[in-house]
Amino acid sequence: MVKKLKIILYISIAATCILGFLFPNQHPHFWWQKIPVFDAVFGFIGCVVIVLVSKWIGHGWLMKKEDYYD
Amino acid sequence: MINLPPAFIYIIGALLIPLIRIRILKQALVLMVPAIAFWNLINMPHGVYWTYQFLDYELILGRVDKLSMVFAYVFVIMSFIGMVYAIHIKEYGQHVAALLYVGCTLGVVFAGDMFTLFVFWEIMAISSVFLVFYRKTKRSLEAGFRYILVHLFGGCVLLCGIVIHAVTTGSLAFELFDFGTLAAKFILVGFLLNAAVPPFHAWLADAYPEATITGAVFMTAFTTKSAVYVLLRGFPGTELLVWLGAIMALYGVVYAVLENDIRRLLAYHIISQVGYMVCGVGLGSEMAINGASAHAFCHILYKAVLFMGMGAVVYVTGRSKMTDLQGRDLYKKMPITLALYMVGAFSISAVPLFNGFVSKTMVVAAAGMLHRPSIELMLHLASIGTFLHTGLKLPWGVWFGVKKGDEDVIEDAKEPPFNMLLAMGIAAGLCTLTGVYPKILYDLLPYPVDFHPYTVSSVVAMMQMLVLTLAAFWLYIDKLGGEPTVSLDTDWPYRMFGRVTLWFCNRPLNAIRSMGQDLLSKDVVSVGKISKHPYLFLEMFWNSIKGKRVTYKELIDRPYNENSYRIPLGLSACAALIFLFLYALIYMA
Repeated sequence: MVKKLKIILYISIAATCILGFLFPNQHPHFWWQKIPVFDAVFGFIGCVVIVLVSKWIGHGWLMKKEDYYD
Repeated sequence: MINLPPAFIYIIGALLIPLIRIRILKQALVLMVPAIAFWNLINMPHGVYWTYQFLDYELILGRVDKLSMVFAYVFVIMSFIGMVYAIHIKEYGQHVAALLYVGCTLGVVFAGDMFTLFVFWEIMAISSVFLVFYRKTKRSLEAGFRYILVHLFGGCVLLCGIVIHAVTTGSLAFELFDFGTLAAKFILVGFLLNAAVPPFHAWLADAYPEATITGAVFMTAFTTKSAVYVLLRGFPGTELLVWLGAIMALYGVVYAVLENDIRRLLAYHIISQVGYMVCGVGLGSEMAINGASAHAFCHILYKAVLFMGMGAVVYVTGRSKMTDLQGRDLYKKMPITLALYMVGAFSISAVPLFNGFVSKTMVVAAAGMLHRPSIELMLHLASIGTFLHTGLKLPWGVWFGVKKGDEDVIEDAKEPPFNMLLAMGIAAGLCTLTGVYPKILYDLLPYPVDFHPYTVSSVVAMMQMLVLTLAAFWLYIDKLGGEPTVSLDTDWPYRMFGRVTLWFCNRPLNAIRSMGQDLLSKDVVSVGKISKHPYLFLEMFWNSIKGKRVTYKELIDRPYNENSYRIPLGLSACAALIFLFLYALIYMA
């Protein structure tokens, strides 16, 4: 099951990236919108950054035991 | 068309509920009210209605234009969905509170002057807090009190602004404010507090998860979005809001990573999504205003689906923490809820064919058109976080989750009552309808729409982002389960204030008191002694002059001797004579 899902994921990554090359943005406002796979790269790095930075801030400072306010 | 402001349809409905004794009639009434209000809205042409003279000012209860109508429509639709979701509730107080709350929100939307706005604004806060109190747990009572105190503070700030505005300009009209004035700054803070803009946002994540299952669904829709409406009316194009909105969108995302309570996670995503709207208000172009209004419209619908879905989980399992739900295979027991939740999750994540895609992209595109690169990237990043949490982490953690082996079985987990599923179904249907056929929504927007979300390149770009977010989620899937913690937020100062007050009373203040007590208790003893036998002290004094040391105890313990008591009498007579003599002397002279 997991293996099948992984294959579907790889195929969709490949498909969306190829489609990105086939259909470039016709009205780019910024330089990065001209890069066909920009959103894919941004999505991946963005997600990793969000998880790591949030967890880092959380464990270092914000997260307290559940009875903190009791 | 009934010649009655929409707010009053709801308020009259709320007042009628206690008068009806039969349950089915009550249920019919709470569904009829939104239906009548909707029919009324359809037949309400643009214009200004219901104006009244009050002192020197004009009160306007019905300013009907495109901007107020788009919000009014979604509020009325949402109130119907919320009522279907809550129809099984036997505590009618909740229905009364909800109808009053919705009515006052409509009052705010149609208010043409600041006085009317303020009155409805305050009743909105007071009626909504009962939706928290009705949960009847210790936590909800505490959270409710914090909620109402924060909102009353916000109301006071708003009132300050309104008074200054009325005094300086002589008008109460609710129009575009000049951001440079002092009055506008106060009013803006009042509005921002209700829009849950950091640092005034903590009330939302604090109170919503503690509200009743059905009450929370109402709360997610009205307070923040009515605040977005008043911002759109009063402060479009304010540069400060662009940045506040973008920061807010990311702020909610960071907290959502850390959150373990399922409805609190969604509450943080309200803050994040309202960030897009606040940013749109700040950008101020026609497209941005359209985007903010459209996003408010869509957000109300999909957030309702999400809150209803998680509410259903809390309703059937009695658990609200991801750590208590993950790995229990709930998806087998509530597949319909899961499916409907996913429609909401796809909508908030802006998956093409769902309504988030047609509204969120509009705000982001407006940032692009105005050439704001950093804002555009910040909003994109927040969008990734949204999909990560509401679309992946939350459903994974609640319905699936990594098995650790020590999970207990949730026996009574099943699908929620039919009315709850129906309400979710209606909202999910509307999310899909507006996503597939956005023209319905675009026709309602304040300005003519020249925006086509479904270009191949933008759909592909969105899919790239979503698929790769999924890939990154897969990578961190073990790290993203719930952790049994609470997160500090800007409610820390006022939640800790009580504790600091207690400490202050207990330590420094108490020390001063006990010092005073020690000091005074000694004095009280001596004053008591003196007043018991005043003469003895004179005797002691006299003895000390003579050089004889006699203690108080010796004097008081000696046996009674009548001669010793002649002296005070003699002394008094002598003193009286002396004074009489002196008086006579002065009088003669």
